[in-house]
Amino acid sequence: MDHASTIGHPAGGAHAHTHAHAEPGFLRKYVFSVDHKVIGIQYTVTALLFLFFGFALMMLMRWQLAYPGQPIPLIGGLLGVANAPGGIMLPEFYNQLGAMHGTIMVFLGVVPLAVGGFGNYVMPLMIGAPDMTFPRLNMASYWLYFVGGVIMLLSFLAPGGAANSGWTAYTPLSNIATVGQTWWLGGMLFLILSSLLGAVNFITTIVQLRAPGLTWGRLPFFVWAQLVTSFLLLLAFPALQAAAFLQASDRLFGSSFFNPSGLVVSGQVLEGAGGGNPLLWQHLFWFLAHPEVYVLILPAMGIVAEILANNTRKPIWGYKLMVGSVIFLGFMSFVVWAHHMFLTGMGTTISAFFQTTTMIISVPSVIILSALFLSLYGGSIRYNTPMLFALAFLPMFGIGGLTGLPLGLASADIPLHDTYYVIGHFHYVVAPGTVFALLAGVYYWYPKVTGRMMNEMLGKIHFIGSFITINLIFMPMFIQGLAGMNRRLYDGGQQYAHVQDVLGWNLTMSHASWGLGLFQLIFIVNFFMSLKTGKKVDANPWRATTLDWAATTSPPLAHGNFETVPTVYRDAYGYSVPGASADFIPQHAEKA
Amino acid sequence: MDMQIPYTIDTRPDTGLTNPKLGIWLFLASEVMLFGALFSSYVLLRWGGDYWPNQAEIVNIPLATLNTAVLISSSVTMVMSWASLKLHDFSKYKLYMGLTFLAGVAFLVIKTIEYNEKFSHGLYPSTNNFIAIYFLMTGLHALHVIGGMVVNGFLWGPGAKMWKTEPEKFTNRVEVAGLYWHFVDLVWIFLFPVLYLL
Repeated sequence: MDHASTIGHPAGGAHAHTHAHAEPGFLRKYVFSVDHKVIGIQYTVTALLFLFFGFALMMLMRWQLAYPGQPIPLIGGLLGVANAPGGIMLPEFYNQLGAMHGTIMVFLGVVPLAVGGFGNYVMPLMIGAPDMTFPRLNMASYWLYFVGGVIMLLSFLAPGGAANSGWTAYTPLSNIATVGQTWWLGGMLFLILSSLLGAVNFITTIVQLRAPGLTWGRLPFFVWAQLVTSFLLLLAFPALQAAAFLQASDRLFGSSFFNPSGLVVSGQVLEGAGGGNPLLWQHLFWFLAHPEVYVLILPAMGIVAEILANNTRKPIWGYKLMVGSVIFLGFMSFVVWAHHMFLTGMGTTISAFFQTTTMIISVPSVIILSALFLSLYGGSIRYNTPMLFALAFLPMFGIGGLTGLPLGLASADIPLHDTYYVIGHFHYVVAPGTVFALLAGVYYWYPKVTGRMMNEMLGKIHFIGSFITINLIFMPMFIQGLAGMNRRLYDGGQQYAHVQDVLGWNLTMSHASWGLGLFQLIFIVNFFMSLKTGKKVDANPWRATTLDWAATTSPPLAHGNFETVPTVYRDAYGYSVPGASADFIPQHAEKA
Repeated sequence: MDMQIPYTIDTRPDTGLTNPKLGIWLFLASEVMLFGALFSSYVLLRWGGDYWPNQAEIVNIPLATLNTAVLISSSVTMVMSWASLKLHDFSKYKLYMGLTFLAGVAFLVIKTIEYNEKFSHGLYPSTNNFIAIYFLMTGLHALHVIGGMVVNGFLWGPGAKMWKTEPEKFTNRVEVAGLYWHFVDLVWIFLFPVLYLL
């Protein structure tokens, strides 16, 4: 990688002082590195691999949904007799794929990419810090994530396969599930520890290592988003950790925290003391998993805000309003969790409370989205690949958010709960929403990391192809869901009379998903090819104002990022300032 | 690492904090949520379930009271060890940190006696949900005690060499370890009434 070779041989006399340092060995430099940039790259590459793997699981499931009971072509024979005899997928295997698709996408793909990858690489550069406050904890955080991911992957080899009770692991089903569920809990423990160390590190870094003059009011929105995200990780994940301990105790030591008295399994009363509460799991799980939704979306909003400002050549509209909204979102995200549980019989009073808080939390989300839309007004927009993905984020996240409103109202949720409508809703938030924003970020910061641009033509093909196919996958889900099609059906709803009219969409959606897979191959080719053949660029090819671009080389110095720590004199979005000599003023420029 | 991270030892003027001190407070905030989730689970299981035994008949209140005294004393010696460093009295520091460590040992020994008593009466997590959450919460707390002892033992033994080279940094380390130790003590102050007295 170009970045790596530059660490070893800094170009130009200006960086000669780095030669004075003892060169760390190979392991220290690339594997057990304590440099936030290397760790950021490790996170990014690992998370992209997991994203692709999680997507591949879904492409298999889409075959089963489109052609239930037919052998999977080409790779069907490779899946093992226990999973797909004769290439025909068994229901048990379908359940494993479903549970692991969700787990991998959320915990091993999107969050590690958004926070571990972008947060680690970009945030310290953006605030003018030499590194994270605790570099060794940062390394530990990556390796805990890696081990957690490996445990999750290996669980497919466990007797009975991987976890198969959904990514939400609802009890008591998960209590009596095969041993893969215990592996899932073990993997989760590593992932939770990883995010705990990461969150502590991110918050202390943002609070303590901001460059002189970089006051809270001058902080780029991206950093604000990362800060609030870190607080959510810090305070929400422990609830899942507690829940995982309780479930591990049920599974391994025979306690009955989640098993009610007299629970009947396969016609037999389950052994054990009973007296437990299955809903306790749901409360603890969603206490984590609702803030987790904002962990997925806030870093994406941060990335989009930076790219929009840069490519409209205008300050983002309503910076203070957006910062206020993102902080308010953070607080509110802790008091909406039970809107996932309207159908559990917890009572109308509690439902009324949670539907009210849910309506309230939609307000700051709408403010941020509106501010981003308004930022476009009057701009002379540069339509490069990162900007296209960032622009697509706005309506896609908008659709995802607005379709969530009926789900947040207890009465409207009754017919929609557990249908494909829900799947469509949260995938619009996370897939063409967050993942598009993350792809925008990859195209945007690629020249910072490598010193080269990604290919624009391939980037645009990747964008257009992905945009069309992803909508063909998720838009029909609203139609199927409104028709009442349940979300976890192994045969895609074949045996239900009331969904026969909408089954045809399964074919469209499945073919679109494989098409989406093909378009990602273009991205992968572009990603690696551009390392060698991408156009070489200077330190600040996008003409951006923030410190990550304006005050560092591309790639930045291996030790300490900056030759001298920059002093910040102005806010983050000095674009098209009247009377200035250029159309942008870097944050650390003393005079316009 | 040859590169210096600012504010590792000195406080940052506008925040008034060092990095490790902010870090440990954030970590403890996360720990509050962890134990908070378990205490909430206890409440829901006890008052939402159909059966709950009379706790006082199962637990050993005298032993737990003794353990409470042991842990509170260890918090005092922990503060004394840090104060001794502030007064540049290294031998006093060794004494008080050593006592803190021994108090941890005493706590775990008493805990082991308690656990054995339960096992010998045939009381296991599968017996009922009170015994199960008793083992889970006190067990998790005991793991936190062990974690604190590892750190305290290091600062008493091999880690104490830092006093010669970087006394200020070493004093900060002891302070941060102390904050954690007090938190572990505090968790017990909640566990004791909830699991033994109520």
